[in-house]
Amino acid sequence: MENRSVPAVRTERLTRVYRVARKRGQPPQERVALHEVDLEIHPGELFGLLGPNGAGKTTLIKILTTLLLPTSGRAWVAGYDVVTQPEAIRRRINMVAGGESCGYGLLTVRENLWMFSQFYGLDNRTARRRIEELLERFGLRDRGDSKMSDLSTGLRQKVNIIRGFLTDPEILFLDEPTLGLDVNAARQIRSFIREWIRERPGRTILLTTHYMLEADELCDRVAIIDRGRILACDSPGNLKRRLQRDAVFSLEIDSLVGPIPSLRGIPGVRQAYYRPRDGRAEVDLILEEEGVIGPVISALTAHGAHILSLRKREPTLEDVFVSLVGRGLSEGEEEPE
Amino acid sequence: MSREAVILFLRTMIARAYPRIVGQNREPSWVLIDVGLPLLGTSAYVFIYRALQAPEAYIGFVILGGAMTAFWLNVLWSMSSQLYWEKESGNLPLFIIAPGPMMGILAGMALGGMLATTLRALVIVLAGSLLFGVRYAPADPLALIGTFLLTLLALYGLGMLLASLFLMWGREAWHLSNLLQEPIYLLSGFYFPIRALGFWVGALASLIPLTLGLDAMRQLLFPQAASGLFPVGVEIAGLVALSGIFLLAAHQALNTMEQLARREGRLTERRR
Repeated sequence: MENRSVPAVRTERLTRVYRVARKRGQPPQERVALHEVDLEIHPGELFGLLGPNGAGKTTLIKILTTLLLPTSGRAWVAGYDVVTQPEAIRRRINMVAGGESCGYGLLTVRENLWMFSQFYGLDNRTARRRIEELLERFGLRDRGDSKMSDLSTGLRQKVNIIRGFLTDPEILFLDEPTLGLDVNAARQIRSFIREWIRERPGRTILLTTHYMLEADELCDRVAIIDRGRILACDSPGNLKRRLQRDAVFSLEIDSLVGPIPSLRGIPGVRQAYYRPRDGRAEVDLILEEEGVIGPVISALTAHGAHILSLRKREPTLEDVFVSLVGRGLSEGEEEPE
Repeated sequence: MSREAVILFLRTMIARAYPRIVGQNREPSWVLIDVGLPLLGTSAYVFIYRALQAPEAYIGFVILGGAMTAFWLNVLWSMSSQLYWEKESGNLPLFIIAPGPMMGILAGMALGGMLATTLRALVIVLAGSLLFGVRYAPADPLALIGTFLLTLLALYGLGMLLASLFLMWGREAWHLSNLLQEPIYLLSGFYFPIRALGFWVGALASLIPLTLGLDAMRQLLFPQAASGLFPVGVEIAGLVALSGIFLLAAHQALNTMEQLARREGRLTERRR
């Protein structure tokens, strides 16, 4: 039974620096993937780590799951040190990474899941019962005897998710679990995650994602991370309330003549973020007040843009991210693996 | 080691052996690749010995060598470089973060490899013996079985050691396996009695478990014809020593390499 007074995860000035090889003869370049990250996740929380590609999310997960050592700083999972007590941590955790498959193509789905359950010491009866329950839950019961190599990417990812939950871990790390899945499969997985944690008070999930809706919909608290630094950490509601005084607009424009005008120079524009889409562009605007929208439209039309739609809306987590870093979640950098 | 730890080790080992024993036999191509091709290579040596009018026991030597080749190839390609493939397929991080010990994973790979390859080796011996009319006269069947099992233990201990050392590497592991394949054919005397290499070369080659194992089994199977490098008792003692050394070294190397790989971030990256 987990000790509720001990944080599920705690990090203290956690830093990881990668040495990236360059051309032959040149010294390797250092790249900071995590910079002095302080974090505390409580037992029973569904905690989200939201950031673009290359923000440091996967590096953090790798350190917490004992796959990678920090360069400096410390981290504890279920109260155990990731550097000196990896065995104690491994008995309490599991991990699912999106876009990965697991097991062997020659084995069936059931056989693969049974194999992984044995690495956690599950007795055969419990393992088989849980496998059947989870296959049923994910609508995969009739595919249980199919070879893994015969499954589609989406189905393989579902099996991977089942593998993570099969051992009923105290703390589960989900690294972009819905990456590359179609809308329905992603929805099914999100719904399962929500129910799983509701049915098991005290279990903890750390979810990394760059889908803001996923973080907003699922998480009790969200940390926004960019370039290895935690920029903000709060509940999704509180994070969005930071922008409550601002006016948030979405504009759709057709193609511009010439370069994209710098809207941030207009007084009262806090952030402006272009998102090209099918020859058009969406512009997300965070303004100090509604009246600033006038000069913005004038600037756009002066560059030949036609306004196709204009909508005032509630702030999202992506707006929070944009307001913090000045660019969108989809504009990431590659994170060293 | 607590009772729970022993049970976890055994569960891990059996689970990892399962894909090798069950999964691999689901591809019928193994009959051609694992039995047909080694049998062809073995046949070539049989015809050479026949053309040279070598003693009939040499045909048996070759068949036995051909069967043991299957184990060497299994150790090389399905043990030594296996963790590289596990990393490529995304399984290695899942093995590492599981509480089941990595030595259990390696032992499972070895056990599965032994059992699956024994089937292949038996088919090679049976088919080769029937095709070329080999007659065996084992003086001490129990000693023969014991030597065979000890040879496998030492050989797969070596495989576990190599797998541990290769944990850090990527494609280099694959290249090194390629590099090791042919010299071992020569040094372990797969197709000829090891004594032909001279005593000192043979003695040095005895660090490879197959050398001692094959020589001892040949002496036990063909007592009249075989002229061994060492007496059988010495070779068995050598195999016991090699088994212990390789298994202990594998355990040590695994811990060291895992720690090193965690520090350098090599357990998950797939680009090097």
